[in-house]
Amino acid sequence: MRTRRPRESEARAVAGPPLDLRPVVQAGLRGLIQMIKERWDRPVFLALASASLVALGLLVFFIFREAAPVLREIGLLSFLGPHWNPTGDPASFGALPMIAGSAMVTFAALGLAVPLGYGAAVFIAEVAPGWLKDVAKSALELLAGIPSVIYGFFGLMVVAPFFQRAFGLSTGRTALTAAVLLGIMALPTVASLAEDALTAVPNSYREASMALGATRWQTIRRVTFPAAFSGLIGAAILGMGRAIGETMAVLMVAGNAPQLTASFLKPVRTLTGTIALEMAETPFGGTHYHALFALGALLLLTTLVTNGLAEWLRGRLARKHGR
Amino acid sequence: MMREIDVTEQKGKRAWQTVAFSLLGLSALVGFLALGVILYVMVREGASALSWDFLSQFPRKMMTEGGIYPAIVGSFYLTVGAIVVSLPFALASAIWLSEYAHGGVWVRVVRVGVNSLAGVPSIVFGLLGLAFFVKVLGLGISLLAGALTLGLLILPILIRAAEEALGAVPMSFREGALALGATKWYAVRTVVLPSAIPGILTGMILGISRAVGETAPIMFTAAAFYMTRLPETLSDKVMALPYHIFVMATESPNYYKTRSLQFGAAFVLLGMVMLINLGAVTWRARVRRRKQW
Repeated sequence: MRTRRPRESEARAVAGPPLDLRPVVQAGLRGLIQMIKERWDRPVFLALASASLVALGLLVFFIFREAAPVLREIGLLSFLGPHWNPTGDPASFGALPMIAGSAMVTFAALGLAVPLGYGAAVFIAEVAPGWLKDVAKSALELLAGIPSVIYGFFGLMVVAPFFQRAFGLSTGRTALTAAVLLGIMALPTVASLAEDALTAVPNSYREASMALGATRWQTIRRVTFPAAFSGLIGAAILGMGRAIGETMAVLMVAGNAPQLTASFLKPVRTLTGTIALEMAETPFGGTHYHALFALGALLLLTTLVTNGLAEWLRGRLARKHGR
Repeated sequence: MMREIDVTEQKGKRAWQTVAFSLLGLSALVGFLALGVILYVMVREGASALSWDFLSQFPRKMMTEGGIYPAIVGSFYLTVGAIVVSLPFALASAIWLSEYAHGGVWVRVVRVGVNSLAGVPSIVFGLLGLAFFVKVLGLGISLLAGALTLGLLILPILIRAAEEALGAVPMSFREGALALGATKWYAVRTVVLPSAIPGILTGMILGISRAVGETAPIMFTAAAFYMTRLPETLSDKVMALPYHIFVMATESPNYYKTRSLQFGAAFVLLGMVMLINLGAVTWRARVRRRKQW
């Protein structure tokens, strides 16, 4: 190896006392500037990419912070009680009617949306010819794009009067009306996610089944559908999360009576509806205000759990088929 | 020994298949039907209320007459605000996820964050807006607070769309740029981003249509029942079309007198959202077809 003869300046720096660090510092600074110029992008994008985490953190922090006083001011047990009368004397903040109302409407909606959504998904993914597939997917996307206030308005003006006449009710704003509307609203979500799940099943599965002499329907029923099962369940659960959190449509057609009932022909009130109805009229920082945030916290928690579960199930499908 | 093919059994299977496929087709039809009925009713009832005056005038006489001009303008401001707030973060997130991150824990964490955010009910965003933007930041019930809240709401939609668009750009584009000596950022800025722009724009349009129609997040953060003038600063309250429809439908003092106004407003909102979506969807289809790279 060839060794370089030390330059004069270097030799002086090593040998002599007038130690001049300026060139070193300058070179260092130039290097630093160069590095910032070339390498600024990764950390900056990483920081900005954390925006959704920050947003999620803000949501969790503020909703729970405003909900926490409920434990002290009302108590967990009476917060889960059966009477909701926030302006009464004495006021009572039992959220059970709303929890029951939300559950009732949501599950009934799923009873409509899941079978129809799965059916539509199988049709689009497995049966329909190419052009119809595109049309059907676009229609689902358009249906999903209709704002919920329009669904609510349509429900109020058309569906509620129809049910009122059909069942001879005093009001058409019932749990049933809300459930039917919600079912139609959840349909595109369930259908398009279920279609994703079916499409994720490798074609070799279908080919193997057909090669054994199965008809297309047998293949769907015995091979494709079971293979996509975890993704299909994930689709239903995501639809459920969507339905629980839906506000405007339900608010406009559910009737909003905070009562415990098992009848679908009576008005019910949901968690979302209660927040929307009462938040504007309640003073900031009071017990009522905190109770409404507690309903929100309940909603947030439910949707985070259902969402996480659904994503895990959907991911499991992808992992299983090696994609 | 080979089993002989039983012709009647084959026919039976065919028959079952026909029945099953018809049922599947029927359930797909329900979606179309719902879309069709809603559109039909809205067009039939709403189109008659539509006129230039309806679109360009303020409401009059306790909102029993006049138009929806301030609600349209308010919705426009809110939506533009939401996009302005959300788009930079969404773009940066998508660029990081698609171009810079290569697996790892942090990617998974960010993805979980985006997915979770997408599933949060819109009314909960409204609560956050009230507790954080309106109260803690002291913005009050204002255009700014509403735009920020809506911006958070559409963030995951924009991120997913932008990421998909960036992911569709072929690897060879990046490799070519890097092989010519470009830095990562230079390659992204001059090669990857321009190729992904149509996809990013469609995602943005879908975000717009979502923001236009949302009611729950602006109820406590921005919306005013009735205003006699247009908002002039970011701290003014605004009227918004979806909120206007909601209030008219549930609290209007005179149902029969305002019925056609209500249908008119609903028709305008639905028409706007449908046109925006239809445009985005067909444009996306065209871009996908044309770009075979």
